[in-house]
Amino acid sequence: MLDLDPGPYGFYIWMSYGLSAAGLGGLAVFSLVFTRRWRRRAEALEARAREAEPGPEMQP
Amino acid sequence: MTQALAFLYNPHRFMAFSAWAAPLLGALALALAAAGLWLGFTAPEDYQQGDTVRIMFIHVPAAWLGLFVYVCLGGASFLSLVFRQALADAAARAAAPIGAVFTALALATGSLWGKPMWGAWWVWDARLTSVLVLFLFYVAYMALRAALDDEAKGARAAAILALVGLVNVPVVHWSVEWWNTLHQGRTVFAAGGSRAATVFLIPLLLMSLSYMAAFGALWLVRIRGEVWRRRAAAAEARLAR
Repeated sequence: MLDLDPGPYGFYIWMSYGLSAAGLGGLAVFSLVFTRRWRRRAEALEARAREAEPGPEMQP
Repeated sequence: MTQALAFLYNPHRFMAFSAWAAPLLGALALALAAAGLWLGFTAPEDYQQGDTVRIMFIHVPAAWLGLFVYVCLGGASFLSLVFRQALADAAARAAAPIGAVFTALALATGSLWGKPMWGAWWVWDARLTSVLVLFLFYVAYMALRAALDDEAKGARAAAILALVGLVNVPVVHWSVEWWNTLHQGRTVFAAGGSRAATVFLIPLLLMSLSYMAAFGALWLVRIRGEVWRRRAAAAEARLAR
């Protein structure tokens, strides 16, 4: 049976689970934001670089 | 064999592989965590430790992963230093913050378990101290990479530091055997088989697999971020020419 009553140790147990959830959840959010930000930036810069480079028909 | 492992060092193949592998591992981590938590909170209280035994289901996997991620960081640093593989360097850089979080969680949850069981938040015991040293190696690795403007020099210096830090890994693992420690000795991998009851062992293993899958997912996501960051830097350099 599910036992969610930790008795006198509630503070230690819930604090441990809370910290773990916050730590791993924060790491997941931070990692996703980091990757999305750099992906957007790289795609925008690569598009600009392609536009700036002369195409084959422009080359002598 | 070389072809089969190409996704590990070819950035294009890695990006194709990680695009589906990262969400799959993330979903697997959540499913395993749900099963592990359910079994963990339906397990009976320990006859000595009472309900605090439930801290084990998150403390032990965090400690194992803190150590395992450092071995990955060391391996990737070796490949980057010796074979000059850019993806290995990205993998090393991506692993450090993940390992630091797992190690910090092992220290914090260990402290929260130690207080009601030992009567102290912290003792300078060989296991606790060597895990603190492990955490400091992670912090030093990240600080060193951030401190040097020349990224290539920073990567080399940090890779050497990561390899030096590998010396601490066996110290952490065997500290409970080599010294008299307040921290309990090996339980799951004890000589002669696990000393933990099956009712605690199953949720512990499920949570450990969940943490492992979460590490896999986060590592792949962060390596992807590193690859995008380097592509952005390369495009910026092309525009500046």
